[in-house]
Amino acid sequence: MTDASPPPPPPAQAAPARVPGARSPLADGEWHRLHPLTPLFRGGLALVIVAGIIISNLRDRIIEWFLPLFAPELVTDQELPGDPVDYVLEHNLILVVLLTVLGIVAVLVGIFYLSWRFHTFRITGDLVEVRSGVLFRSHRRAPLDRVQGVNLTRPMIARLCGMAKLEVVGAGLDANVKLEYLSTSSAEAVRADILRLASGRRLAEARAQDPSGARGSRVAAASAVVSDGITGLLMGAEDPVDEPASVVHIPVGRLVASRLLSGSTVALLVLIGFIIVGSIVGSPWVLFGMIPALIGFGTYWVRTITRALRYSIAPTPNGVRITFGLFTTVTEILPPGRLHAIEVSQSILWRPFGWWSVKVNRLSGRGATDNQADQFTSVLPVGTRADVERVLRLVMPGLPDEDWPAVFDDGVLGPRDGDPFTNTPRRARILRLLSWRRNGFLVTTEALFLRRGVVWRSLAIFPLARLQSIGLEQGPLDRALGVASARAHTIVGPVSGSLGAVALPAALGLFEDVEVRAIAAAGRDHTHRWAGEEPDASGPAASEPDANPPAPQEPTT
Amino acid sequence: MTNIPEGTTPESTPTIIEPGSVADPVPGSGTDPVLDRRTYDAVREPRSANRLPLGDGTWHQLAKQYVWVRLISTGAMALLVAAIAIVASTLGSQMWIWIPAAVVLVVLVWTLVITPRQARAIGYQLRRDDLVFRRGILWQRMVAVPYGRMQLIDITHGPLDRGFGIAQLKLVTAAASTGIVIPGLTQEAAERLRDTLVDVAETRRTGL
Repeated sequence: MTDASPPPPPPAQAAPARVPGARSPLADGEWHRLHPLTPLFRGGLALVIVAGIIISNLRDRIIEWFLPLFAPELVTDQELPGDPVDYVLEHNLILVVLLTVLGIVAVLVGIFYLSWRFHTFRITGDLVEVRSGVLFRSHRRAPLDRVQGVNLTRPMIARLCGMAKLEVVGAGLDANVKLEYLSTSSAEAVRADILRLASGRRLAEARAQDPSGARGSRVAAASAVVSDGITGLLMGAEDPVDEPASVVHIPVGRLVASRLLSGSTVALLVLIGFIIVGSIVGSPWVLFGMIPALIGFGTYWVRTITRALRYSIAPTPNGVRITFGLFTTVTEILPPGRLHAIEVSQSILWRPFGWWSVKVNRLSGRGATDNQADQFTSVLPVGTRADVERVLRLVMPGLPDEDWPAVFDDGVLGPRDGDPFTNTPRRARILRLLSWRRNGFLVTTEALFLRRGVVWRSLAIFPLARLQSIGLEQGPLDRALGVASARAHTIVGPVSGSLGAVALPAALGLFEDVEVRAIAAAGRDHTHRWAGEEPDASGPAASEPDANPPAPQEPTT
Repeated sequence: MTNIPEGTTPESTPTIIEPGSVADPVPGSGTDPVLDRRTYDAVREPRSANRLPLGDGTWHQLAKQYVWVRLISTGAMALLVAAIAIVASTLGSQMWIWIPAAVVLVVLVWTLVITPRQARAIGYQLRRDDLVFRRGILWQRMVAVPYGRMQLIDITHGPLDRGFGIAQLKLVTAAASTGIVIPGLTQEAAERLRDTLVDVAETRRTGL
């Protein structure tokens, strides 16, 4: 389907009746265009900036024109320096200039229009496809059974106009399929359809009674968008009504305090200390070095805090829904079985308050250099023990009940009496001077737990169904002490899989155990079609999806 | 939609899967006539009792020509460095060039000395559901990869490799840290191993 011919006619008013069953009109397997205002948000900003530069350069001229009208007494006979406007006025070139400007604007509008016309997407039963480009056509397709999540991003300005970016997260570097922009309501509908298709559930079952695609004229649609935007602006709630309630509430005070009590604050204090010492010993002018440092840290704090504000996490039938961001709101849905590693950790600064954070390794589909990649790795920015337990139960629905004590009582807070973890042997405590009693592992049928650190306590959980491989390493010092390092290999992320100073027999046991259990767990795992049915089950499915993800049923391969 | 393993780096032969061209899968079996032709026959281990043990099962090893390839390429590099240093110090009377050159030469000569030992320490085992790879003597490393986790298999051979009839097989999973590169297989062994791995990976395919 890589033909360069112009795409089929605009399906904006595609009749919903044509589709058997019911998807939203944008997910009916035909080619569709993005929202007509898309060019304004994608390229329009550049035009606004250019206009701004021109206007600011002409500021003096404009003042000179308008000042006599409002304050004639201030006008002096001072001659302004020559500029292009004078030149134009003197040579009677106004018409030419205006025509040129008009022509440039027309060409730009034409380019934007063409790029919008040629930018189409299609959602079929197996794929999400996007075609774009006028001269250089690009065609990107993402198989739905590899979808790692669907993100809905609403930058401030787009949010006011009721627009949203939809991003289908694929498995790979820079593998995301982006649909920007769609109106918020259709973006929500498209996301629901993508997730439903990816889950392997029949599309017809839901939404059969919801002919939401029946729109009136374009005017009506536009006015609906505007009124939605204004409502959202006033009510502050542009989310759909059926948004599930968050299981965790982070008070703003706690969030701000937790960001201030981070490692960067310590770094800032150290830096200020050095600057003060430097100013005493050397020149007092060094004190001015504090100003850029304070400005830098200030913007950093504001950015991290605004990004984490309005955080919510809630279960949906298609996975965990995480929302965050004050100005740019990001709503992501993580289908079950997409987390490769989960880590609960606590720095020493947070210990008096009993706060923890949860980070994950997941495929964000972004390039390694993308600085937005790290914001998708934090599942809980800060929370109490109860919050952490609720979040963990959401993100690890497959963990059996008997494993839960291992998570908090033994894992995060341990060791206590009857510790199930295998720890660093006494003879090797020189390798882990402080944490050798805590440094250990536990393998259950579903997960590998790595417990590390005393000052910086952490517990990493690796679902065995996602583990890529397991390795052992041993250097000369390890060999002399009769220990080895184990390393669980997962996809790249903030959670490290290495555990040093494990007694040799335990490490060899771990190696074999994890391998056997990982193979078994991977064989049981069918989360790539997390609500799938039998492949030969035809017709509309009768089974209503569970509220709790995932109930792995029959595999559809 | 499954990912079909494929290798497309420059200098590599495309790994085209030919269904039906594969003989009986190797996993679980003992020695193999193709994989073990002209290879070493014992994995070299550290002497300490606390080493990572070999365990049971058959270890396949590298072809003996691999050592020659490594010796020739490292030796050529050493000669090049020495030549540059000699030219620079005699014609340009830049005596300081010997300081970095000597460091590089010592490292290269040391590499030459330990290359045969290193080559003997590399081994791989085809178990029923996974591949185990080991390497290193001073720093030992052992990795087990389930067949279902393999994303692609890449065979590379440079001009010198071709002259000696060997190839390098790289095994890629979703985790960058897995990092399994089996250098110095004979070309028949590399192709047979690739076909076998593709074959078993298909039957044990899992998600990411």
